[in-house]
Amino acid sequence: MNPAATAKAFQEITPPLKTEEAYQEANRCLYCYDAPCIQACPTHIDVPRFIKQIASRNTIGSAMTILEANPMGHSCARVCPVEALCEGACVYWAWQQKPIQIGRLQRHATDFLHSKRLQPFEAGPDNGKKVAIVGAGPAGLSCATYLRRLGFAVTLFEAKPKPGGLNTYGIAEYKMTQETSLDEAAWALDLGVEIRCGTRVGEDISFDRLEKEFDAVFLGVGLGATETLGIAGEGLHGIHEALQFIEYIKNHEFSQIPPGKTTICIGAGNTAVDVVTQAKRLGTPRVVMAYRRGPEEMPAYDYEYELAKADAVEFLWNVTPVAILGKTRVEAVRFAKTHSLKGKLTLLPRSEFDIPCDRVVKAIGQKKRRDLLSLVADLELDAKGRVRVDPVSLETTNPRFFAGGDAVNGGSEVVNAAADGKRAALGIFRYLFPGSQPNPEHAAWIDTIEPTPKKPETPHVLAKV
Amino acid sequence: MSSQKFKKLNKIPVDLSANCAGIESPNPFWLASAPPTNSADQVMRAFDAGWGGAVWKTMGEDPPVINTTSRYGAIDIGGCKMAGLNNIELITDRPLEDNLREIREVKRRYPKHAVVASLMVPCERKNWHDIVRRTEDTGCDGLELNFGCPHGMSERGMGSAVGQVPEYVEQVVGYVKEIAQTPVLAKLTPNITDIRYPARAAQRAKADGVSLINTINSVMGIDLDTLSPRFSVGGKGAHGGYCGPAVKPIGLHMVSQIATDPECKKLAISGIGGISTWSDAAEYLLLGACSVQVCTAVMHYGFRVVEDMLDGLTRWMQEKGFQKTEDFIGKATPNLVDWKKLNLHQKTVAKIHPEKCIQCDLCYVACNDTAHQCIVRPIDLGTDGDPKNLRLPKVLEELCVGCNLCALVCPVEKCITMETVETGHPPLTWEEYVAKGMTGYGEVYKRFHD
Repeated sequence: MNPAATAKAFQEITPPLKTEEAYQEANRCLYCYDAPCIQACPTHIDVPRFIKQIASRNTIGSAMTILEANPMGHSCARVCPVEALCEGACVYWAWQQKPIQIGRLQRHATDFLHSKRLQPFEAGPDNGKKVAIVGAGPAGLSCATYLRRLGFAVTLFEAKPKPGGLNTYGIAEYKMTQETSLDEAAWALDLGVEIRCGTRVGEDISFDRLEKEFDAVFLGVGLGATETLGIAGEGLHGIHEALQFIEYIKNHEFSQIPPGKTTICIGAGNTAVDVVTQAKRLGTPRVVMAYRRGPEEMPAYDYEYELAKADAVEFLWNVTPVAILGKTRVEAVRFAKTHSLKGKLTLLPRSEFDIPCDRVVKAIGQKKRRDLLSLVADLELDAKGRVRVDPVSLETTNPRFFAGGDAVNGGSEVVNAAADGKRAALGIFRYLFPGSQPNPEHAAWIDTIEPTPKKPETPHVLAKV
Repeated sequence: MSSQKFKKLNKIPVDLSANCAGIESPNPFWLASAPPTNSADQVMRAFDAGWGGAVWKTMGEDPPVINTTSRYGAIDIGGCKMAGLNNIELITDRPLEDNLREIREVKRRYPKHAVVASLMVPCERKNWHDIVRRTEDTGCDGLELNFGCPHGMSERGMGSAVGQVPEYVEQVVGYVKEIAQTPVLAKLTPNITDIRYPARAAQRAKADGVSLINTINSVMGIDLDTLSPRFSVGGKGAHGGYCGPAVKPIGLHMVSQIATDPECKKLAISGIGGISTWSDAAEYLLLGACSVQVCTAVMHYGFRVVEDMLDGLTRWMQEKGFQKTEDFIGKATPNLVDWKKLNLHQKTVAKIHPEKCIQCDLCYVACNDTAHQCIVRPIDLGTDGDPKNLRLPKVLEELCVGCNLCALVCPVEKCITMETVETGHPPLTWEEYVAKGMTGYGEVYKRFHD
């Protein structure tokens, strides 16, 4: 494809709101009391407040309301599954009307702040304690931001050459550009966070050393490689892991990437949708999404499925790959049909068929990082390989280690990781300064950590005369 | 990695504290005397939310008044709910002693917040002396004399019935000032031809300030099925007092009239009328108000609206370099002058930015049908050209009188801008033009008769 055509294909699917649009949409918000959208956001941004601040043309104040509760608000505005979170909770649904476009309004506010090149945060006065953060993804960056604000010295260890984690490497480019992710990371780094990119903890530096050199460690290591299919031919050329495929696209000139003829994606989660929609944008004529169950059980969000449908992706339901065929390169995938009985899958006998293809992408979920995490002394994982933490402080079974994000929740959204980073920052403060409280200027974000459901306001009772 | 450098957010501390006629409050945002200030519980919750002061719902003599049920009506304009609100609620219907006890208690718990008592009793010296003594005994910070309410109480010779007669205003303020120990604000009714007259009367009687505007006489509408007023008490309605966002320009005008009146120089002003956001408040302060009072926005959304008022005003002050409210109070009043002092040689023309134009052609029809016929479209002129631009309006600058109408109707921000054009003529006001025997005007726009 020519560069202009690919550039057009990769254009952002959700453009920014124009100023007038933002103003009108902000005025459409009802400014609900005790609003459900606040509860639906894992970081508990005061949504009606930031929206009314757009309406009152206090756009910087609006961005501050967002970022105070969620330092990843710039990327969350683009990548959050808002339909399942804040916008899904909007009261307009109950009224059979379009919900407020909270994500786009949020973007309007944070874009404005960024366009003015303003740093929303301030590093706190040095408190004498040092924290290491392993992984500069959303959990790590969120944690780093709050820790710097609290006055900790923070060093981020990142294996990749750039910060941002999956925001930088794993989000379909038409949803969010890599630049946006790096812009957001720059806010955290500008607070005086030391970052060591290209450093693999466990190989280049040991966890033991971190434990010795730092007062506490936050693990935001995310998940590992894609699971294996465990079938013949998996080592052939032309077979990719979903996240590697997405990362490759994000780091190359789109028009230089050969589209091939047929791409088959195994799996039907949100990452799989990112794979097939981007393969289509590269110009691949036939793109097939294959899933072992039916559409009603696909893990992708409904609107993600709609995106794939809109891109004329073919869907193969109730099939499972049994072999990948080819001499040195992949030439076809052999599928067998499945039958689901009370949730249990069986293969239908004599149902095998081949689909010729020149590229296979595996989007069947990521492995837990058991090997890496086994290097941390006394760190316990649960049966599913997730780091075991105290739900309030996010402290692990090794008291100097805290953890959050995908490594703890098994794989969730950017906003969940951001919420964990915030919670862990407070957990680390309380661990290193037992009995003391952060300064009152921190109350605003601390209040967003455990918002107890709003109690009816207690009336001021007057003394009887 | 971080090659990006950011500027620090302007966090220069600003002092929001206000002093209106000697009544001090941590910020200029007060709740107006109205249902939101009917009880200690409400006022204290408002203070907790961030309000700097509260004017207690007007107190009168016992036995307390009786209110009707069905009290408020609103108009929605387009999608905007409650653009205007109207009410026929009277003063407090709670016994005076209950209110006074609560004021005392609020003041004890919130010594730094402004608690102003609003009062309304018949126009007799004794009645006013009695209530002023009893009220000031609570420790309240000031008194607001309600000469404003236009419904119900006015039929009983109080409220706007007083505010509409400058002599009565002077008389009652005089009674109060004979004994009052705390600052006295006269709350004025806008239902009068020239607001300066009652204000001057208040000053003559040594009032410390005025608060305005109270509500405007209004009927909200007629139900086309029942033929009753749109909010009624069993089918009958009475005119009420109108307030809310729709009345702000009227309030701003009246405040500016008093702020710029040489005969009202000694009066502090508490600005009221349609204040919903921090910028509304800033406008009142720029026109000379020392504090603002809010009611409708709170009745729509609750006490929490003050959060963005405080935040927005703070950020605006930081941006402008104002460190305290006195730095900008009244700063815009010199820019408000009589018409005769405007420069007749100032030339402004409309400029349509074609790259922003969506070709709704509202500017064209507005100009062509109702203003000065100086916008044209290729489609009407039969001009050949890009078919995509046949509806693209164009301003004939030599005909444009610079009236602003096209820019006002345009839905797209900054699509039509009003640009200053150099005429080469020295400034000339109507006053100067007349003084020069109607000479010296160089035509800056084409007049219709030409």
